[in-house]
Amino acid sequence: MGFRNIIGRRLGLGLVRRRKPFSTATCDGDGNGNAKSINLYSAINQALHIALETDNRAFVFGEDVSFGGVFRCTTGLADRFGKARVFNTPLCEQGIVGFGIGLAAMGNRAIAEIQFADYIYPAFDQIVNEAAKFRYRSGNQFNCGGLTIRAPYGAVGHGGHYHSQSPEAFFCHVPGIKVVIPRSPRQAKGLLLSCIRDPNPVVFFEPKWLYRLAVEEVPEHDYMLPLSEAEVIRQGSDITLVGWGAQLSVMEQACNEAEKDGISCELIDLKTLLPWDKETVEASVRKTGRVLISHEAPVTGGFGAEISASIVERCFLRLEAPVARVCGLDTPFPLVFEPFYMPTKNKILDAIKATVNY
Amino acid sequence: MALSHLAASASRSSSLLKPLSSALSLRRPISGDNSPLTVETSVPFTSHQCEAPSRSVETNPKELLTFFRDMALMRRMEIAADSLYKAKLIRGFCHLYDGQEAVAVGMEAAITKKDCIITAYRDHCTFVSRGGTLLEVFAELMGRQAGCSKGKGGSMHFYKKDSNFYGGHGIVGAQVPLGCGLAFAQKYSKDETVTFALYGDGAANQGQLFEALNISALWDLPAILVCENNHYGMGTAEWRAAKSPAYYKRGDYVPGLKVDGMDALAVKQACKFAKEHALKNGPIILEMDTYRYHGHSMSDPGSTYRTRDEISGVRQERDPIERIRKLILSHDLATEKELKDVEKEVRKEVDDAIAQAKESPMPEPSELFTNVYAKGLGVESFGADRKEVRATLP
Repeated sequence: MGFRNIIGRRLGLGLVRRRKPFSTATCDGDGNGNAKSINLYSAINQALHIALETDNRAFVFGEDVSFGGVFRCTTGLADRFGKARVFNTPLCEQGIVGFGIGLAAMGNRAIAEIQFADYIYPAFDQIVNEAAKFRYRSGNQFNCGGLTIRAPYGAVGHGGHYHSQSPEAFFCHVPGIKVVIPRSPRQAKGLLLSCIRDPNPVVFFEPKWLYRLAVEEVPEHDYMLPLSEAEVIRQGSDITLVGWGAQLSVMEQACNEAEKDGISCELIDLKTLLPWDKETVEASVRKTGRVLISHEAPVTGGFGAEISASIVERCFLRLEAPVARVCGLDTPFPLVFEPFYMPTKNKILDAIKATVNY
Repeated sequence: MALSHLAASASRSSSLLKPLSSALSLRRPISGDNSPLTVETSVPFTSHQCEAPSRSVETNPKELLTFFRDMALMRRMEIAADSLYKAKLIRGFCHLYDGQEAVAVGMEAAITKKDCIITAYRDHCTFVSRGGTLLEVFAELMGRQAGCSKGKGGSMHFYKKDSNFYGGHGIVGAQVPLGCGLAFAQKYSKDETVTFALYGDGAANQGQLFEALNISALWDLPAILVCENNHYGMGTAEWRAAKSPAYYKRGDYVPGLKVDGMDALAVKQACKFAKEHALKNGPIILEMDTYRYHGHSMSDPGSTYRTRDEISGVRQERDPIERIRKLILSHDLATEKELKDVEKEVRKEVDDAIAQAKESPMPEPSELFTNVYAKGLGVESFGADRKEVRATLP
């Protein structure tokens, strides 16, 4: 059993230990707060605690959030802030989001949890037709900016069709909402706090594979990370790699291997997918002349297509090779076939070499 | 001397767990015969907007012994699946049905294989009652080729076309509008069949259920919505998720019936009644009051939101297999030893099926791409760089 080398999936410790000129340390405010080594769900939990502490009109609700949630992201909230602010909803995603929109329209911070991103589709109409267009269609009289929808997304090794999906592309097609995906605990806490406090409705996808696996030093104080700013997490000169979420750790490993073959890779974490930071990616591509995008969602119509089209528009003459996309295959997310479906390190490595040698 | 079950008239004296005629009941072979037996259900039915069927259920020794065997098989199968999951031979999700066997078995006894059943993800036993083999079950659970969905579905996606078992669905509540669609097709083809759309107490709060109910009632579809109320939606007790946990009344203008889901005979009676009703008057809701011993899935211990006393209490007082065992013994239809032998046989069957399933190979990698679309539409798949490795699939 086990096609998968689990060790390969552990969040590259390199992401944490390397000293990066563009590191997030600059965004930590004073940066002198205590930092503790915690995992992703604890970081998210801390962010939620801070959000509810600093704004007494903030609410957390969703299926099973009261006891702590199926991934423990909401532990301790109900005990600390009471049942009137942290409560369970029945099993009705459309109702949860619609309700959240209404709550936010009254000026509250509604933090809704959808238990798995795979279940977000009943709420799709509410998000696209109600949340995204509220401010626009009311001529700015009303808005539901206080709404943040959190959902665990992505492959987990054994999730099968309905516990592994990456639906970010569907939401990136909707002007009016923001889509944010963190890659690690420290990022998650800062980004989530920014999303909650952002005056626009946000869909926040959390890579579920990393809930326990990713461990990082996370400052204990309240800090926010800017939205719509991509981050170059590894400098390079031969090819630009763009990704988000859990996929970055796989890409990082591919970059390490490529380095042994003398290929210097620049790795960018998009962080916010909508609206995304075109400038940073463009600047990087102008430097390297090549770009590769990788995501778990199926390749056709995935968000990589948008990045590819934009980069080609902006950097056509600079490009040395076609834009490469190493993504999930165009099939429903499989159960036993997951190792074949996934954009693995080797597939990325192959694509890096093919692009560089074009 | 055995009277034909079919010739039984309605006006038979009912008896409450007492042997009808002890003289006739000696020396009966373990397989039982068709001589009629009338048993009272554990509790009377509660109805909403309709007249409840009688508490007296007609059955016969053969049926009771079949119930016993089938439920014992299902119980053993689920427990074996539990061990296989812990041994990491089954991966992904595994939702076990033990405790709820009476619903699957009782329903099957009231209908034919031409009637459709569609359910959610707790589908192993329903699949078996529709005629699925143990090999197909275990192979599918382990993701092997011999599985009913060729290893591509897994625990939540069992299907059996030739006996009209429409699965096996992961998204909560999504199967109910589907079930109403099946019912429409049945009504259109006028073949006097019905559809049973099963869902749980958690799914009962999904909006699409009410949409489906309204449509079925509007168009008089032969749809029977069955709420398998095991009182916990994953970890949430029904009273914390529903303003009105009287799920059989949720249909408002659609009649409903509340049934003791741990009593296979009550389930059979209710399903028989529901089928007749649906064919004449359109949709009806059945609420099966049942219980699952395991947690929601294998990653749920099942004891953080309910007490062990509650679980063992139900096991002692309402266990469906024990109920049938007591019935069989009190009517002298078999001896205790014979029943124990049945259980041993069943255990061996399960073990054999597991051994066989383990031999079955994993699906071929090319199967990853098959059946995404219908054959012939052609799906191209690419290697990593989309330039060199290219395979056009059938």
